[in-house]
Amino acid sequence: MLRFILKRLLITIPTILVVITITWGLIRLAPGNFYSGEKPIPKAIENNIREKYGLNKPWYVQYGKMMGHVLVLDFGTSLKYEGQSVNGIIRRSLPVSAAIGLSAYLLALLVGITLGSLAALKQNSKLDYASMALAMVGISVPNFVLGPILVLIFSLTLYWFPPARWYGFPSRGMVLPVLTLSGIYMAYIARLTRAGMLEVLRSDYIRTARSKGLSERQVVMRHALRGGLMPVVSFTGPALAFLLTGTVVVERLFTLPGLGNYFIQASLNRDEPLIIGIVSFIAITLLLMNLVVDIAYAYLDPRIRY
Amino acid sequence: MNEDERTPEPEIIHTPPEFVVAEEEFHTPAGEEIIAGTSLWKDAWRRLLKNRLAVFGMIVVILVAIASLIGPEIIKRVNGFGPDYIPSDSQLIKSFAPFKAPDGSFSWKHPMGTDNQGRDIMARVLQGGQISLMVGIIATIVSLLIGVAYGAVAGYLGGRIDNLMMRFVDILYSLPYIILVIVLLAMFRSSTAVGQLVLLFIALGSVSWLTMARIVRGQVLSLKNQEFVLAARATGVSTARIIFRHIVPNTLGPVIVYATLTIPTVMLSEAFLSYLGFGVQPPLASWGSLASDGIQNIAIFPWQLIFPGLTMALTLFSLNFLGDGLRDALDPQMRK
Amino acid sequence: MPLSKMNNNGNLLEVTDLRTYFDTEDGIVKAVDGISFQLKRGETLGIVGESGSGKSVTNLSIIRLVPTPPGKIVSGKVIFDGQNLLTLSNEAVRHIRGRRIAMIFQDPMTSLNPFMKVSRQLMEMTRLHLGHTKQQAYEHAIKMLETVGIPDARARANNYPHEFSGGMRQRVMIAMALSCEPELLIADEPTTALDVTIQAQILELIKRLKQATGTSVILITHDLGIVAGMTDHLLVMYAGKIFEQAPTKELFATPGNPYTKGLLRSVPDPTAEQGELYQIPGLPPDVAHLPPGCPFAARCDRVQEICHREFPPFVQLTADHCSLCHFAHEVYEESRAEGARSSESNL
Repeated sequence: MLRFILKRLLITIPTILVVITITWGLIRLAPGNFYSGEKPIPKAIENNIREKYGLNKPWYVQYGKMMGHVLVLDFGTSLKYEGQSVNGIIRRSLPVSAAIGLSAYLLALLVGITLGSLAALKQNSKLDYASMALAMVGISVPNFVLGPILVLIFSLTLYWFPPARWYGFPSRGMVLPVLTLSGIYMAYIARLTRAGMLEVLRSDYIRTARSKGLSERQVVMRHALRGGLMPVVSFTGPALAFLLTGTVVVERLFTLPGLGNYFIQASLNRDEPLIIGIVSFIAITLLLMNLVVDIAYAYLDPRIRY
Repeated sequence: MNEDERTPEPEIIHTPPEFVVAEEEFHTPAGEEIIAGTSLWKDAWRRLLKNRLAVFGMIVVILVAIASLIGPEIIKRVNGFGPDYIPSDSQLIKSFAPFKAPDGSFSWKHPMGTDNQGRDIMARVLQGGQISLMVGIIATIVSLLIGVAYGAVAGYLGGRIDNLMMRFVDILYSLPYIILVIVLLAMFRSSTAVGQLVLLFIALGSVSWLTMARIVRGQVLSLKNQEFVLAARATGVSTARIIFRHIVPNTLGPVIVYATLTIPTVMLSEAFLSYLGFGVQPPLASWGSLASDGIQNIAIFPWQLIFPGLTMALTLFSLNFLGDGLRDALDPQMRK
Repeated sequence: MPLSKMNNNGNLLEVTDLRTYFDTEDGIVKAVDGISFQLKRGETLGIVGESGSGKSVTNLSIIRLVPTPPGKIVSGKVIFDGQNLLTLSNEAVRHIRGRRIAMIFQDPMTSLNPFMKVSRQLMEMTRLHLGHTKQQAYEHAIKMLETVGIPDARARANNYPHEFSGGMRQRVMIAMALSCEPELLIADEPTTALDVTIQAQILELIKRLKQATGTSVILITHDLGIVAGMTDHLLVMYAGKIFEQAPTKELFATPGNPYTKGLLRSVPDPTAEQGELYQIPGLPPDVAHLPPGCPFAARCDRVQEICHREFPPFVQLTADHCSLCHFAHEVYEESRAEGARSSESNL
């Protein structure tokens, strides 16, 4: 096990460095600069700026400096939000994204697994068709369409929840962002659960369990659920990556001061330290989470040993 | 967890679905695979037509595609205005509700209403459909080309190279690629709308091929060692014939299925990027960018969001059903 | 529940006109179509047939484990110790499954829950049916594992199924099936997935445990060689029907059905000098589209015109020997003549 973790870390670290390098390369290879706006600026001022940010140095010096920041996990100061450290911005915005993202994922697990298992147990019933149709809707409606529609109904018509802004955790303001974000995961998880459960319910060992005289409830809870939910466990890795893109949209829709919103702003502003900082943070989190998921998978499935 | 010396079976994750009775007791005679070669597609087609949701999906997709292609032109002929026509009246509010004329009376002119500048939303949605579908199809083709080539090479060569190539895919899988796509699109933002569109094809195509590569590789890998291929090889059938008569037709099914399911995913990504302002740029419009424009006015002019949004959702919905139906039809093992 | 209602002339199980159909895309598949047989206490019945003949479905029908849909038990009676299992409530059937009728399945690789320790899977049986406490159940599980010959059972009990070999897994299955001392054990191709040497061991084990506990056994197999030394009676099934039914010795000595003769000829005989093994020509029929006549007609070596036209009668040859064939008597007489000749030549 320990060897597996070490081996995975050995792959993970270069991967993170590659991601950061690609990001940095994209920023540098692209024409234009963060300071170049609509109007051209005088040469002298430009030289001053380049001097100040070390842009006049050879690329490998700049790359080295950037990597130096990354290695000590101190990403420097933002170019656009003057005087603010990138670490500070991440520290402030992360809780918002995490609160929304994790709540949404938990909600999705709860609803998705319930719907999916029920659909599998009552295969080809009305319930099955209804929940699978609903899941298909969930997959097909983009969250930036779902969100405004929810706002239209629940804030602007019924006045139940605020339509935007961050009110802390937990708060009524979180309800609509979380619903908007979790929609597609509910749908995915419901479909995965159904497929996984159907496969397991058809398997030989479930027939054995039934032949033992266990009740249907015991067969499902004790024997089927574990195997049936394995696809959901392995989905958690990609889901986290997905969740990230989701939070970007939701934070923008509901004007929440989260990581995703800062990332979009930073990309538009070509705010290099902030981009590098957020990308590094996201890459590290994702890859570590993937590792955790793999370990969990091995723990849950005794057949898998690393 | 203890480091056990007992050798476990190699990474069995799921036992293959084994239907209690049907498979064991009524399995068709061996060798069917070769006999069925010609009727496989006919058979799949018959199964597809039995699936009502898939047929519904197929019809909707075809209708939407046709409407997007010829709709704007028809509207122009009938009503005399195109998607970009801005009426020159000086009214303050130019966004009219569906089926409403400027004076509030009933009118057939704008079944989906008009936008802030008074442009007909239906015409714009239909024209946006051209872009949305184009992005979906072209990016999928890009991903198809990369994925099939990569997967086939990995699967065919096997061994160390296969291992290396697939490890690379694993790494890419775990990357937050959409983040990289955003950085790419933001940094290389093109000054022309068409340039940005091309950038979008490349960006989406180059991140969507991973699953395709995995599927093709898996297929090639299992097919090249299957009895009917070995038998063909043993009886002296040429390699080319083995590949084209036995392997390719068998990978084609999953490839078609997965390609069908990639189109809505790509379209969704396009919409997502357009919403964030990195995707399709004016004067071009896609469903994503139209919906994104509509969000600003959701409180007063909800139709500006709802029609592009619903059209896109309906299309994605149909494509997903079609893809699911194709999978069920082409891959009987996956069937319930 | 009274354990021994010794009515039914000592029959533990009486199956009458059992029909199980499957609703498939290709139409209705009559997997089991009018099967009747009896099983006495302590007896062993063999059910033989090629795959697709309906032998597994017969037994899944007995304990009502046919997947529904698509399967459905259309008609028939399954009288187990005086009760018709097909009309009992689900609840009541569950008390019989595992407790009084236990099953062993074909593939020990997939028939055990891969996520559960072997001990827990065994304990589940006695805790459910015998009301054992955790401790009792655990000790009983280890005792059962020892009984079926798992070395170092106490340590192995805490392993997962994948840590056992195929033969050992089948032993675990047997231990599990027998842990509540069932009155009937249904073994569905228990050795098909195993190596030949392991097969012999497992069969020997079933035989030994059967003698020790007095359990009745239904042994399903496609291999006549297995059945010879193990069973008292035999059913030969083909296309969902019983083709021949007789005491094992009689069936081997004087088969009254061309299909059975074909099966017997295809059993490898170690004493025979001839190298080539006989194989019944053709493939089992598509049960969804059976011809009007005899389902075996297309493969039969003595087929007549009538065979294609009319469904054959179920002919009674002796008191407990029946055969489904238009020419049952003729085949039977031939077999007797052959038997007489070969015993003469042996003398």
